[in-house]
Amino acid sequence: MEYGLDLEYSFNEFLKGFGLSSEIAHIIWLPLPMLLVLVAAVVGVLVTVWLERKISAAAQQRIGPEYAGALGVLQPIADGLKLLVKEDIIPAKADGILFTAGPILVLVPVILSWLIVPFGQNLLISNVGIGIFLWIALSSIQPIGLLMSGYASNNKYSLLGGLRAAAQSISYEIPLALSVLAIVLMTNSLSTIDIVNQQSGAGILSWNIWRQPVGFIVFWICALAECERLPFDLPEAEEELVAGYQTEYAGMKFALFYLGSYINLILSALLVSILYLGGWGFPIPVEIIAKFLNLPINSPFIQVFTASIGIVMTVLKAYLLVFIAILLRWTTPRVRIDQLLDLGWKFLLPISLANLLITAGLKLAFPQFFGG
Amino acid sequence: MSIAITTQIICFTVLSLVILIGALGVVLLESIVYSAFLLGGVFMSVAGLYLLLNASFVAAAQILVYVGAVNVLIIFAIMLVNKKEDLKPINDIKSRRIISTSICLTLLSLLIRVDLTNVWSLSSPQNSIGEESTIRIGEHLFSDYLLPFEVASVLLLMAMIGAIVLARRDVMSKDISTGLPVDQELIEKSSEPLLTNKN
Repeated sequence: MEYGLDLEYSFNEFLKGFGLSSEIAHIIWLPLPMLLVLVAAVVGVLVTVWLERKISAAAQQRIGPEYAGALGVLQPIADGLKLLVKEDIIPAKADGILFTAGPILVLVPVILSWLIVPFGQNLLISNVGIGIFLWIALSSIQPIGLLMSGYASNNKYSLLGGLRAAAQSISYEIPLALSVLAIVLMTNSLSTIDIVNQQSGAGILSWNIWRQPVGFIVFWICALAECERLPFDLPEAEEELVAGYQTEYAGMKFALFYLGSYINLILSALLVSILYLGGWGFPIPVEIIAKFLNLPINSPFIQVFTASIGIVMTVLKAYLLVFIAILLRWTTPRVRIDQLLDLGWKFLLPISLANLLITAGLKLAFPQFFGG
Repeated sequence: MSIAITTQIICFTVLSLVILIGALGVVLLESIVYSAFLLGGVFMSVAGLYLLLNASFVAAAQILVYVGAVNVLIIFAIMLVNKKEDLKPINDIKSRRIISTSICLTLLSLLIRVDLTNVWSLSSPQNSIGEESTIRIGEHLFSDYLLPFEVASVLLLMAMIGAIVLARRDVMSKDISTGLPVDQELIEKSSEPLLTNKN
């Protein structure tokens, strides 16, 4: 399966052509994919914000943003600029250091998790061995930032919001990790590249969603809960808590929370598509297309085709899931806090445990279908 | 000196400084909230040290368990009970300090002895396993470390049941700490939604 473009190799060879050592070439290469992914994440947020405004408008039979650019596509940029130039307020009795550190602690782990999101065989920042486990570990840092900003705001609504966020995050982390574990069991690897390659055998038929339907649903519910999207947006329930831990925040610090939650949403959608929907895989395997076109699999045309279709497919699948998440947000009511915890501990946790056990049994019984 | 080694030394220095200063802060700061957050920082820096040692699985597990679970629960507990009251002065503070200092010094001497007697260098660079470590840890957990692993899980189960019994007073007829009979009515009231009582 070692086909696909290796941009890093070609770039390093290109720089070596100018007489640079391989170490210097590596150092020049390192920031490029990081910057690219950061830009991709921020552009993804802008697109998602626009989608959210337009889809919510359609769901409520409004027009939505219209005047900023064609169909209001420049509206998210206007929003961002507004937040950038707003006054940065720290409340008089708030704890300044923790108040500033909170939003940073929320945003940084989310951005770091993009390290493992692959857009193609070699199109990711780093194929670390622990792969998907890194994301689970990093996303567990977030509640500390939420608790920190909730505490530092010196406001009872903020504190309650922060506590709720932490409780929710801890409860849903466990079924989330268990459903990922079932996938890892089938793949024999934690690396996201291996997880996608394991699903690439027969196009759409070999995607994990057919083998892990329960895991898919559990993972999606938990991912939405971790993002604090609407059926589960209790930490910022505006009727009860004003805006939860965000109440005292304004300007750029609020923008960090906003950015963090949307980047997290896109990241979750990307990870669902990687774990369950075949990642960069096209519904029809590329080998069949190559055979149909009478081209060898290593020909430059097929390679460029594979790489571009990979990026398009990953983004397409992710945005389909983002669309579903937005529809869910504007059509479902919020659950109560006790319903939320009941769902997490009494329903999702046993189901995901049973799913893991059944997967292990099926793997032993049918090794050719469930990974040997 | 190559660039990779320089980066490693810089990372190691920064991480060790953060660990040392953070740990001192955890012990010496007056505010318990700051101590708790600094503890999280120390845990994360220790994970960074594991990363420098090529043990990425251990690093991620350190973050998941110590930062994501232990530290979050500590902060959670502090915030639920934080009343901002002045602590009462303790009478025999001097003797307590002497005892704790001696215990800490004993532990330190033990650690120094381990550091001096153990052979740290690997026999050859090929022996380092790096990314393979996840598989090796799994193999060890299910073969020669099976008994400690299972005993630890039984211990955790016992702690969990104990915590549930302490938290849910309605399973006991007497209060554990005071020995008085438990007011069952209060418990039932608290388990009902608030709105139903107002009708």
